[in-house]
Amino acid sequence: MYNSDKVIPGIIIFVLFVTLPIWWNHGKTVAAPQPELPQGRCVESKEYMRSHHMQLLNQWRNMAIRDGMRVYTSSDGARFWIGLQNGCMKCHHDKSKFCDRCHQFAAVEPYCWNCHIPPETKKFGPPKATKLLKLFHVPVTLGDSQEGEE
Amino acid sequence: MDRRKFLKLAAISASLAGGVPGFFNREVKAKNYSPPPGALTARRWGMAIDIKKCWEEPECNDCIKACHHIHNVPNIPEKKKEIKWIWKDEFEHVFPDKPNEFNNLVFSHKPFILLCNHCKHPPCVRVCPTQATFKREDGIVMMDYHRCIGCRFCMAACPFGARSFNWVDPRPYIQDPNPEFPTRMKGVVEKCLFCYERLEKGQIPACVEACKRKALIFGDLEDENSEIAQVLKSRFSIRRKPELGTGPSVFYLIG
Repeated sequence: MYNSDKVIPGIIIFVLFVTLPIWWNHGKTVAAPQPELPQGRCVESKEYMRSHHMQLLNQWRNMAIRDGMRVYTSSDGARFWIGLQNGCMKCHHDKSKFCDRCHQFAAVEPYCWNCHIPPETKKFGPPKATKLLKLFHVPVTLGDSQEGEE
Repeated sequence: MDRRKFLKLAAISASLAGGVPGFFNREVKAKNYSPPPGALTARRWGMAIDIKKCWEEPECNDCIKACHHIHNVPNIPEKKKEIKWIWKDEFEHVFPDKPNEFNNLVFSHKPFILLCNHCKHPPCVRVCPTQATFKREDGIVMMDYHRCIGCRFCMAACPFGARSFNWVDPRPYIQDPNPEFPTRMKGVVEKCLFCYERLEKGQIPACVEACKRKALIFGDLEDENSEIAQVLKSRFSIRRKPELGTGPSVFYLIG
C-alpha cells in the first residue's frame, strides 16, 4: 500500500471524528423526563398512552371533527369528552409541565399548539419577528407601517 | 363423516378459534365512539335573518362581537388581511343579482348581516383538494383546520366571499382569547361553522343567542314544525345569488 503512513492514521482520525458524538456523550446519563401527572386515571392505561397517544389523538380529532363523535368510551367502559382543550387539558392543567417535558427530551415538536391554546396561556404576545423577516427588514406589525407597500 | 358429526365439529372448532384467543388476549379493547348526548341535531340547519328587526338597532354589532369573541377571530386592522365569520354589507353588494336603482336607494346604508350560507351544494367542498372542508349530514359546511393546506381554491369557488385566509399569524390580533376554542394559524382558510361546537353541547349559535331583537332565527329547515320553517312558509324571503344553484341555507326575511 502506498502512503500507508498517511492513509491509515487518516482513516483512524476520520473514524474518530465521525463517531465523536458517541465518545463525547459516553458515560453521561441524562435524567429521564418527569412529566407532572394529574391525580386520577387517564383515558387508557399509562403504558398505552405513553406509546400510542399520538395515534389516539389523531383518531380522536378525525372522529370528533369529521364524524361528530365527541364521546369516547375507553377499554374499561369509562366515558370521556373528546377534545384537546376541553378534554385532555382539563386534567393535564399545564402543557409546559406535561407535554413539553417529554417532547423536549425526545426533540419532537408537534404542531398542536399552533392553533390550540395551552391552558396556561391567558394572553397572546405581540407579533414575533422571524429571522427571515428580520433579514429582509419586513415589519411585523400590520396596518401603520405597511400602507405604502402595496 | 356424517352430516351431524360434521356440523358438531365445525361448531366446536369455530367457537374455539373465536373465543379462546379473545379470552386470553388481554390487549383486545372495546373502544367505542359515540355522538354527544344532548346535542342539537337537524336534517338541514338553516338561518333566517329578519332584516327589519335587525334595522331597529342600526349601530348594534352584538352578533358579530359574540361570534368573533367566542371563536377567537382576530381583529386585523389591514382590510386586505382581515378575517370575518359574520359581517355587514350593503344591499347592492349583498344582492348584486337584483339591481334596481330605487331599491338601492331604499336600502342604502342599511346593513345586511352576512355569514357562510352553508349551501346545499357547496362549491367550496367540490374544489377542496384535501377534503378539509366538507358537508356534514346536518347541512353544516364544516372545516377541518387540521387538513387545510391553504390553497384557497375554496375562496375562489365561494360566490359569497364567506371565507377568509390567514395571511399572518392571527394570535397577536386576538385581544381576549377564549380558552374553550382554538385559534387558527397562518396559512389556513376559515369561516363560520354554524357553531357546531355549541350545537354539540345543546346550545344555539352564539350570534342567535346574542341578538337582543331576536332577528336571527336558527333551526331545522326540513322540520315542518320548527320556528324557521314556519316563518319561511308565512313570509317572503330572498337568498343570495340563488341562480348559481348552490342552495344557500341563509334566508333574508324582507317585508
